[in-house]
Amino acid sequence: MNGVHDLGGMHGFGPVVREENEPVFHAEWERRAFGLLNLLGMEGHANIDELRHAIERMGPAYLTTSYYEHWLAAVEMLAVEKGLITQAELDARVAALQAGS
Amino acid sequence: MAHAHTEPPAPVALRVKAIESLLVEKGLVDPAALDELVDLFENRLGPRNGAKVVARAWTDPAYRQRLLADGTSAIAELGFSGAQGEHMIVLENTDRVHNVVVCTLCSCYPWPVLGLPPVWYKSAPYRARVVMEPRAVLAEFGLEVPDEVEVRVWDSNAELRYLVLPQRPPGTEHLSEAELAELVTRDSMIGTGQPRRPGQAAGAEGPA
Repeated sequence: MNGVHDLGGMHGFGPVVREENEPVFHAEWERRAFGLLNLLGMEGHANIDELRHAIERMGPAYLTTSYYEHWLAAVEMLAVEKGLITQAELDARVAALQAGS
Repeated sequence: MAHAHTEPPAPVALRVKAIESLLVEKGLVDPAALDELVDLFENRLGPRNGAKVVARAWTDPAYRQRLLADGTSAIAELGFSGAQGEHMIVLENTDRVHNVVVCTLCSCYPWPVLGLPPVWYKSAPYRARVVMEPRAVLAEFGLEVPDEVEVRVWDSNAELRYLVLPQRPPGTEHLSEAELAELVTRDSMIGTGQPRRPGQAAGAEGPA
């Protein structure tokens, strides 16, 4: 299915930027996002196609966010859609953490 | 995320903390299992596994044959198998053919033999361009493929993963299998590089 993720052959992205001696993860939150999405799959809450499709449903934000932000978006989307948590719970937790409580 | 933003969106680290804490509280995620998984991919899986496969293929013609005929089984002989390596195809570079691997749709990559992919492999420029102008992209990696060599680009998917079997460098007849494995770089197994020559410095290859 066509979508924003279907990048093969598209123009305008510029050169391939590489990093010498690149670490596997660039931040602790990347480690956690990677682990969370994998565990959702391993625990049977979502299969690999659902995980991938969640990322593909991000819309235009797909192009302006980093790879593990895609994974985080998929974790949030699937956790709510699968009824593991509610959007209200998630919003409340984010607000609480932002308020520093 | 359809909710209206009257405030700036929360930073990603905070969003991760929010959802992880909720899932842990509900008993849906075990933090120890998460740590274990991260440690596996950060410290125990990586391109040194693939390098052993390549070095074995360079030194054992029967293994090479098995590897090209059934990549998954031959790779499992060396103890490498599991998620994102269930169906492996090994692509042989020759004097006439150079293979390079991409995942245009996302980031499919053979985890058991190469670990997690570098950022550039998952980036929009690589995915968009390597299928359209592979020689130009390879040149940016410092790899000039002669005109008479055909370039084949392989687009990975959720079921099939590819490993490039690079050509054994000349002047390595005296080297042991373990010494040969040291010459095999991550990029040479993606197809965006060549193995090192003996004496050529290591480096610029990401984590071992």
